[in-house]
Amino acid sequence: MKHVKTLAGATLKMSAAHGGCGECQTSCQSACKTSCTVANQKCEQSK
Amino acid sequence: MIHTFEALGCHIALDVASGAVHVLDKMSYDLLNCVEPPMAEHCPAEVAEKLPQYDAAALEECWQELLELVKAHQLFEEETYIDPSWAVVKNTPIKALCLNVAHDCNLRCKYCFASKGGYGTGRMLMSFETAKRAIDFVVERSGKRQNIEVDFFGGEPMMALDTCKKTVEYARSIEEKTGKKFRFTMTTNGMLLNDENMKYFNEEMKNCVLSLDGRPCVNDKMRVTAGGHGSYDIIVPKFQKLVAGRGDKEYYARGTFTRENLDFADDVMHMADELGFKNVSVEPAVGKADDPLAITEEQVPQVCAEYEKLAERLVNRPDINFFHFFVDLEQGPCVIKRMRGCGAGNEYVAITPEGDIYPCHQFVGNPDFKIGNLYEGTFDKEIAEKFCGVNVYTKEDCRKCWAKFYCSGGCSAGNYNVNGDIMKPSKVACELERKRLECAIAIKAIRAGLAEE
Ligand code: SF4
Ligand code: SF4
Repeated sequence: MKHVKTLAGATLKMSAAHGGCGECQTSCQSACKTSCTVANQKCEQSK
Repeated sequence: MIHTFEALGCHIALDVASGAVHVLDKMSYDLLNCVEPPMAEHCPAEVAEKLPQYDAAALEECWQELLELVKAHQLFEEETYIDPSWAVVKNTPIKALCLNVAHDCNLRCKYCFASKGGYGTGRMLMSFETAKRAIDFVVERSGKRQNIEVDFFGGEPMMALDTCKKTVEYARSIEEKTGKKFRFTMTTNGMLLNDENMKYFNEEMKNCVLSLDGRPCVNDKMRVTAGGHGSYDIIVPKFQKLVAGRGDKEYYARGTFTRENLDFADDVMHMADELGFKNVSVEPAVGKADDPLAITEEQVPQVCAEYEKLAERLVNRPDINFFHFFVDLEQGPCVIKRMRGCGAGNEYVAITPEGDIYPCHQFVGNPDFKIGNLYEGTFDKEIAEKFCGVNVYTKEDCRKCWAKFYCSGGCSAGNYNVNGDIMKPSKVACELERKRLECAIAIKAIRAGLAEE
C-alpha cells in the first residue's frame, strides 16, 4: 500500500484463541510496582 | 474503536479491538480522522469536501487502502469477539506474592508510600516461619499454575536477608514435589549489598530491581539516609558491580520522579549512559493533589512533553530498554490477560511480617483492605471478590479508553489513593500512561522504517 503501512496485524484478536493460561508474569512484579502496563510483558506460550 | 495520534512526527492509527497498528501518511491520516464507520465503497463527496487541500482522486486512493484494512479486520473492528466474562475471575489461583520481609528501612526516601518502611504499623522483620507459611499458602492456592512469583519487598528486604535466603532454599526444596517453579525478585535500595550477597542474588534472583532515581542531585534530594545524607555514592558502585555479574538475568534500575524533577529524561539517560544501566524504569509519583511530591494535573502537559523528548533520545538507541517504551505488538500477552489487569487481590497478594494478607503491597497497613492472616488461617472472600471484579470492562473509564488492552486498567491502589475508589482511574496516571504508549508505538514505527521521510 502506498499511503498506509501496517506495523502490526490483528494480533490481539488472534491471541484470544490460545489465551488465558495464566502462567505469565503478574504485571506489577516486573519493574514498576505502581502501574500495570501489560503490553510489555512476554507471553509464556510464545517461547 | 480506533485511536489516531501523532508522535515523533509519525501519524498512527491503532485499531483497539484487533490490536492492529498502522502508520499513515498525512493525507490518509487526515482522511481517517474524517471517517465515520461503516465505510462506504467509495470516498463520499461530503468527506472529500472537508479536505479541500487534497486532490479527490488521491483521497479515493487512500479511501481504498483504508477500506482494504476494514475488510481484513484490521480497522474499525468490533469488540464483539471479546466476551467480557473472560475477565471475570472466580476462585482464581494465587500465583504471585509480594513478601514484605522487612517493614523497616535504612533509607528515608521522601516519597515512600510505606511511611519510611514501617507501613505505619511499626518496624518489624519477617521470620522464616512466616515466610514458610506464605510459601505453603501460595503453593496450596495456586491450583494448576506452575510458575510462582515471589518478590522480596519492604521496607528494605535486605534487612531480612537471612529470611530471604531460607525462603529461597525452602521453596526450591519443594519445587519437585509440588511441580511448581519459583521465580524470585529482589527489590533493593542497595545499601547492604556486598560481594557475597551480590553473587547470591545473581544466582538465585530472576530479577533484581535496583532503586535509584537518576542524577546525583535528583537521587540525593529524595533518597537519603536517616542522617539526611544522599545515598548515590554508596549505592551506585554496588549496583554497577551487581549488574556486571548478572549475565543475561533481568534487572532494572528503577526510579521515581516527582514534581521536583520533571526533566526526568536526563535521569534516564544518566542511568543508561553514564552508569551503564541498560534496563531503566522511572515512575511518576502519583497521589492526591495535596501530596507535595505527586505530579499535578497542571503538570501533565509538561510531563507528556518530557516523555516525547525521552522518546526522541531513545528512538535510535535500541540498546536501552526503557520499561514503559517497550511494547510487544506481536507476541505480548493475550487479550484475556489484558482485560484482567494487575491481579491485585486475586492472583497476587502481599504478605506482611505479621502474616497479614493484603491485595497488594500498596494496600498494606490499610485495615479496610486486610484480607486475612496466615496464622489465623483467615481469608476474607468478600474483599478478594471485590478485586476479582476489577477489569477493563467493569471500570467505566477504561471501557471507553483506547489504551485499555495495553494498560490493562490502571493501578487499583493509585485509584484508591487519588479518588478513594479502586474502580475510578486517576486522571493524571491515565494521561501519562496513554502518552507513554503513544511514544512506545511511535518508536516501533520508526525503528521498523515505516515513518514518513
Ligand atoms: S489509561 Fe486509564 S482509563 Fe485507560 S485503561 Fe488505563 S486505567 Fe483505564
Ligand atoms: S493495585 Fe497497583 S500497585 Fe497494586 S498490584 Fe495492581 S498495579 Fe500494582
